[in-house]
Amino acid sequence: MNKILEVRGMSKIYGPGCPLCIESTGPEADTNLCPHCGSVVAIHDVSFDLFEGEILGVMGESGSGKSTVVKSLYFDQAPSGGEAIFYDRDKQYALFSLNAAQQRWLRNHRFGMVYQNPHLGLNFNISAGGNIAERLLMSDLMDYGAIRERAKTLLARTEVLLARIDDLPKHFSGGMQQRVQIAKALATQPPLLFLDEVTTGLDLSVQARILDLILEIQQELKTAMVVVTHDLGVIRLLTGRAIVMKYGRVIEAGLTDQILEDPQHAYTQRLVASAL
Amino acid sequence: MGYVAIKGGGRAIAGAAAATEFLRTEEGLSDTPAEPLGIHAILHQLRYLVDRVVSEGGVYHPQFAALAIKQSLGDTLEAAFALRAWRSTRPRLSTTPPLDTSRMRLIRRISSAFKDIPGGQMLGPTPDYALRLLRMELMDESPAAFRAFARRWLESCPETQLPDSFPKVLDALRAEGLLPPVTSRTQAAFDITREPLVFPVPRSAQLATMARAETGSLLAIAYSNMRGYGDVHPTIAELRVGYLPVMLPHPITNELTEVGEVLITECEVVAMYEASDTGGKPMFTMGYGACFGHNEVKAISMAILDRALQKGMKDGPGNPSEDPEFVLLHVDGVDSMGFASHYKMPHYVTFQSDLDRLRTTQQKQGERA
Amino acid sequence: MNAVSRSNAYNFGFLDEYAKKEVRRAILKAIAIPGYQVPYASREMPMGRGFGTGGLQLTLSLIGPNDVLKVIDQGSDDSVNAVNLRRFIEMTCPGVSTTTKTAECTLIQSRHRIPERPLTSKQIIVLQVPYPDPLVVVEPSEDKRKTMHGEADYSRLLVKLYEDIVKFDEITISHRYPTRINDHYVIDPSPIPRWDVPKLHASAALILFGAGREKKIYAVPPHTKAEPLAFSDVPFRVEDFRDEQGRRRACARCGCTDSFLDEFVTDSGIKTYQCSDSDWCNEKMALARQTEGKPA
Repeated sequence: MNKILEVRGMSKIYGPGCPLCIESTGPEADTNLCPHCGSVVAIHDVSFDLFEGEILGVMGESGSGKSTVVKSLYFDQAPSGGEAIFYDRDKQYALFSLNAAQQRWLRNHRFGMVYQNPHLGLNFNISAGGNIAERLLMSDLMDYGAIRERAKTLLARTEVLLARIDDLPKHFSGGMQQRVQIAKALATQPPLLFLDEVTTGLDLSVQARILDLILEIQQELKTAMVVVTHDLGVIRLLTGRAIVMKYGRVIEAGLTDQILEDPQHAYTQRLVASAL
Repeated sequence: MGYVAIKGGGRAIAGAAAATEFLRTEEGLSDTPAEPLGIHAILHQLRYLVDRVVSEGGVYHPQFAALAIKQSLGDTLEAAFALRAWRSTRPRLSTTPPLDTSRMRLIRRISSAFKDIPGGQMLGPTPDYALRLLRMELMDESPAAFRAFARRWLESCPETQLPDSFPKVLDALRAEGLLPPVTSRTQAAFDITREPLVFPVPRSAQLATMARAETGSLLAIAYSNMRGYGDVHPTIAELRVGYLPVMLPHPITNELTEVGEVLITECEVVAMYEASDTGGKPMFTMGYGACFGHNEVKAISMAILDRALQKGMKDGPGNPSEDPEFVLLHVDGVDSMGFASHYKMPHYVTFQSDLDRLRTTQQKQGERA
Repeated sequence: MNAVSRSNAYNFGFLDEYAKKEVRRAILKAIAIPGYQVPYASREMPMGRGFGTGGLQLTLSLIGPNDVLKVIDQGSDDSVNAVNLRRFIEMTCPGVSTTTKTAECTLIQSRHRIPERPLTSKQIIVLQVPYPDPLVVVEPSEDKRKTMHGEADYSRLLVKLYEDIVKFDEITISHRYPTRINDHYVIDPSPIPRWDVPKLHASAALILFGAGREKKIYAVPPHTKAEPLAFSDVPFRVEDFRDEQGRRRACARCGCTDSFLDEFVTDSGIKTYQCSDSDWCNEKMALARQTEGKPA
């Protein structure tokens, strides 16, 4: 299997930072707030690999830094340190050394992102089809008929009624908004997709159908995915491997089954026990 | 020398100008015509109007401001505009160093933060506590009445020796560590008349833009912050009105020399304290406003907006008054009134294009239906 | 009254020489980066913002005593605003000649039109611009728009075209049609009709745009690519002047069938069409008189 993403020593600190930040925060210190300078160590020394077609879970409670991981990789925010290499066919990109235009190109052409909050992923002032069109236009598809066809195919694939292609997303249900977000993220057939708490806050039945959809897509398109969630059920259903985070640090990593059946870290043990 | 091409349009413009001039002069036909309005009378009896035009015109020339008021029939927007256009033709000869407002020759100075302040509160001329009742006796006044009142008032004034400078209220707060110290006096001020605003802009550019902003526009946005679209909650540490000595280096000796004075209003507000970025003690924040002339509402509005903009620059704007682009690009009277007026110009060509689009669209949708 | 200068002696071109030099520097930069909006410190002019103060500053900075100037508004030399601007320039630029003939001028200041007669390499046209940035319809923040321009990120603008076709089966932009210059920057070509947009492409004359209130200058240099935004299967179209039977309408005055027409209703309630470019119309009429053998 080919590696698609390699993350090494990624960190993100909010605030001025000081030499004591790292040793004063993390799971042992039981905080991510540096008592010396008041900075927040959102993530520190996060490393992992992702292979083609694989789904990796990033699990933890709120404040663990799990969303910061994908937001940094998707260039929503710049990390404070570390590196990430994206292997794309015969090319490789050191993600954090790229300039803004190169980063935007990768976001538009090779990455996809589905946010927990659909307002972040969708433009609510343009139609569902327009949202998909925007992404296609970013990747220089300039034929109206072709854009329209592609948008229809994507919406059909994500089970959004075609009759609603020209409606505004604000008139959609939460589950439907997530489907449109997924369709938009998939528009350019990216090899790498980031999913940030995509089913949080949805009804259980809606959650199940969206998770099924993600699995189907992964099997059809062989898209590699990083799935961020606090929900062990989502981790169990979707992912083959996972990392567990607490106060910005990776405290456990391995095969999902292994982590869930035989957690090593005390925190993971509590997490798994509480979900039973 | 070529020929001059003017046809109907030229006559129309000349006619419009003459009609306006008639409005100004038609009183000359009355049996007891009044004197044409003198520059002197405008300067003295319409003081606040002159001050407003001087400040919005962005050049301290009260006499030309009075002339501009006269020729624009009292329209402040037009008057400030004429003054600004005149200023466009003047080269920049020299730049003063930052002037020290503690050396102002004060006519008024108040603080709402303290009951008394070093140097004392000085109410001075203000309509703040006047009853807004129409003074019918002013319907008919005589020069003799003017002279009588002015003489009486001067005679009743006790002789006092005012000091050359008054301490700033904020300096006392700074000395106590309640306000951050003054930093970077060395940075040259941004010159908005010579450099375009490319955002983000430094604070000096923001202050300069607001200093010549249209009073009503500035007030409206500051008021939105006061009412709840923002949370500056200011206390006026000090508001002073007076004549500020203008200093320039002497052309031969290079020594700073007073070359004149300008009437200004200055307002410093203290707002909610903030935690320090660098781990120090939390301190009050401040906002600064100053403008040419005696215009307290403008100086206060500017001080509030200065604070709001500093907050917006730091944390990202939470409402319009904290957004530098929103505030600074919409408070200029010359820009906004010009654009509102331009809609009166002919737009035949663009409207023809609009007609074409609507007809084609109607036709296409008709075919589809 | 003390001695206040009552002199009306303004500098040649109204602005002081430093201001003119600064405008010329901005023009050079605009030419060097086709379509890029160069910020400049726009001065207040003695006419309203929105009345062509941006174009006027360009004209006054460029004009010299040997120039022959033409000023038009809505295609007409005689419209009130054109007359006003021309009078001001004549007043402040002694020695400059003015003309109404496109063929004779070296410098044109125009609002909303590019003349029908193709311009030559000896001519410069200055267009007055109310809104310099085509992205303002999708992004109000200038700071963000600057980044979008830098990265040639126009997808949100293109989505607007997409949504137009979805809603109306047509791109509804009638004038100020967004046009991509030299394969990078998209400009607002000022409120010229779509009819004039193709004239931007590979023009022999230098085309300058001045936005006084918004304080920007940009340019389409000679022989530069200018492409209106469109889809490959929904092409850009200029205004259609065909009648119900599909025949091209003609100018009621000169009979021309290949110019942009103004439509208006006469006192007797009849809809009439006339050339918007008055010099073009006059020239056609003179030509017609000649061919009929009458003295012009």
